[in-house]
Amino acid sequence: MAGEKLFKGGEFLIVEALPEEVFTPEDFNKEQQMFAKSAEEFGIGEIAAKGDDLVELNPELVRSLLKKAGDLGLLGADMPEIYGGSELDKVSASLVTEWISQGITGFAVAYAAHTGIGSLPIVLFGTPEQKKKYVPKLASGEMVGAFGLTEPGHGTDALTSDTTAVLSEDGKYYILNGQKQFITNAGFADLFITFAQVDGEKFSSFIIERNWGGISFDEEEKKMGVHGTSTRAVILQDVKVPVENVLGEVGRGHIVALNTLSIGRYKISPFAVGSAKILISEGVKYAKSRVQFGKPICEFGLIKHKIAEMVIKTYVNESMVYRTAGLLDMTLEGIDPSSVEAGEKTGEALRKYALECSINKVFGSEMLDYIVDECVQIMGGYGYIQDNLIESAYRDSRINRIWEGTNEINRLLIVYMMMRAARKGELPLVEAIKKVTGELLSLRPHMGEENEVLENESRMVSMTRKIGLIAAGAATQKYMEKLADQQEIAALIADIVIQIFAMESVLLRTLKKIKKDGKEKSKIHIAATRVYINDVFPKIDVMAKQIFAAISEGEELKTQLMALKKLTRYTPINCIDLRREIADSVIPTASYHLTKR
Amino acid sequence: MDIIVCVKRVPMTQEIDIEIDDSGKDIKTDALAYVVNDWDNYAIEESVLLKEKLGGTVTVITVGDEDDEDVLRRALAMGADKAIRIEPGELGVDGFLISSILAQVIKGLEYDLVLTGVQADDDNFGMVGIMLAEKLGLAHSAVVTGFEAEGSEATINVELEGGLDEVSKIKLPALLSIQTGINEPRYVSIMGIRKAGKKELNVVKVEDIGLSDEELVRQTIIEEYFLPLETEGAEMIEGDPSNVAEAILRILKEKGVGA
Repeated sequence: MAGEKLFKGGEFLIVEALPEEVFTPEDFNKEQQMFAKSAEEFGIGEIAAKGDDLVELNPELVRSLLKKAGDLGLLGADMPEIYGGSELDKVSASLVTEWISQGITGFAVAYAAHTGIGSLPIVLFGTPEQKKKYVPKLASGEMVGAFGLTEPGHGTDALTSDTTAVLSEDGKYYILNGQKQFITNAGFADLFITFAQVDGEKFSSFIIERNWGGISFDEEEKKMGVHGTSTRAVILQDVKVPVENVLGEVGRGHIVALNTLSIGRYKISPFAVGSAKILISEGVKYAKSRVQFGKPICEFGLIKHKIAEMVIKTYVNESMVYRTAGLLDMTLEGIDPSSVEAGEKTGEALRKYALECSINKVFGSEMLDYIVDECVQIMGGYGYIQDNLIESAYRDSRINRIWEGTNEINRLLIVYMMMRAARKGELPLVEAIKKVTGELLSLRPHMGEENEVLENESRMVSMTRKIGLIAAGAATQKYMEKLADQQEIAALIADIVIQIFAMESVLLRTLKKIKKDGKEKSKIHIAATRVYINDVFPKIDVMAKQIFAAISEGEELKTQLMALKKLTRYTPINCIDLRREIADSVIPTASYHLTKR
Repeated sequence: MDIIVCVKRVPMTQEIDIEIDDSGKDIKTDALAYVVNDWDNYAIEESVLLKEKLGGTVTVITVGDEDDEDVLRRALAMGADKAIRIEPGELGVDGFLISSILAQVIKGLEYDLVLTGVQADDDNFGMVGIMLAEKLGLAHSAVVTGFEAEGSEATINVELEGGLDEVSKIKLPALLSIQTGINEPRYVSIMGIRKAGKKELNVVKVEDIGLSDEELVRQTIIEEYFLPLETEGAEMIEGDPSNVAEAILRILKEKGVGA
């Protein structure tokens, strides 16, 4: 981890990082690579091999697979060793998430719900007694966890609840009444992290066990996709929850909810990357075998375009995931996992990167939707026929833009968190905006010939950052704290922010790789970086124009547009040839080869 | 029982289109993923099972560069105790030379059993095991599907054609080349990986093992790799089974096959 810098959450908005300052997949150490391989081999041998049996709900099989994973230490990635977990660093935990499910959502979702939202609340906020009681069993797979937050009347509006919790006369129990909706793993989970209002207004968290009286379940939901997962309403009728099972403090349930959601959100990204790699293989294999007009269709330009775009987006997403994981690891360094305060300190540290976590969630879920959509398209009519991996992947993927916080709410959160960090003095955003605005007059846009590899792309990332800051500054100036109410403008700002992180992450990764392996061995990576940045950059212009046109008029608007013109000047490159090169490198092995295995 | 297992790291080449590189003497490896040779994996598992049953140590050994340490570490994570990598540097190697190098290093070690895989998934030569046995002066058997130690001897099953097994006794120390399916290799666990990090992995340079320059010469050189030529002339026979059978008989007669 030499040279890496502990950037603060959101700091990428104001500071240009250097390649050596970020963590990239090329930095995986031997142990991390082995963890990934362990997850992959288990995934291939146990999960993918039983893929057909996991298409429809199969709780017994899923439970047994979770237990098998537990035996290998693959369930306890984020749990402390003293409680039977594997205590992996976040890079390793992300690698396990990426590789273990092999595209089989019937396992992936149960795994994510169990290891993430179903266990982490106890790991982070549990008392030593609660951790001792539950974590070892969660780590081994003896108990399966679930997270019951959503209610019929509270989806996105999650931090209040219609479920009531009333302290019993003798003060020993809270009596819970209410209903939870769409709870993953509900059909077979042993414990639920759930939430209720104590005394009408204190939103609190509780650990409840399945076999306690008063807990019942509605029928399994008939879903568009992820049929292999259990999704049920959980009905709580006078459930007696011992006061020892309050999680965190009464009235502080939102801390439990928010911090858990942050990490759960982030993990959708490595999952998406892993699924993408599998689907790319499937799509390319099909394109190689399907012959039309005397040629395999992988030889046609539009198919090469799709293959390349899938590879590029996966490469970008992967860069973002591990940059984020690296930041999380640096932040968590120095926290003794066996200490009593470990959970709380960890939660605190993770909260600092809630912005990056939301970025990952939005990007990963939308990237995967692109992949499944184009894979169906590559398969043509056959992609539309049931009982094939790609057809179900298409339906499965859709939920990722909805759960763990809709992508809309995550976009608004990105802006909200930016502004909060600025307001609290954690992020000198205002100064940065002032600086950029001040420099504008003297800015001489550089164009054309580059002396260094990816010099133009570096400049485009830099310009995108400036555009984002100016747009955010202008919008904040107009609306102040009410900016989040201007949802359309906030979402546009969020999109620019997401692209700053995406473009910079892939740029830095590739620059770092060139330093390590040389230009020759990084040809495809350079091509992918160039296509992505050159493709997205003009879109930043469009987004910024929409923002300025919505908030300004007359002379002010004129000035802003003139500044924008300066900042968005660029010379387009031949992305078609580059995409062909990328596709042609992937077709022989039908595999995503940009990251060494 | 002290066991030595010889392992190899090979590219995963199922279902991919292998491309020949510009020199014509090797395949393109940029986009390939690498794994432990499948047969060797069974050998590692067998050695760990024996160790768990009878005690002793398992040493894994390979001839290769730094990347090849991956398979050694994997074996350590499965339960092997020590690993040795012999760095060939710029030396061109073939199966014959590999067996000489391995023999030279292994003869300095204590062991009751040497295991190899039947063959490697890349070149499929299947020669290192038996050549190594000859050079070590060991009793040996190939394509072993079962092993029971009995003091200074062992009963082994050897796979023959037609689903037959040959059961025989062999004196130890011996070398066995292990067939896939002899056991069910365990998955590598997180705990195993952690433990592996603390185990011994020694690197020794091929010029330091005590073989002369004349002895460090390979016997075969790859002149050229090429893909099979695509020709025409496949006749697809359609119809129901009896029609197809008649057509096949007719063609065989025409070609002068059979009575």
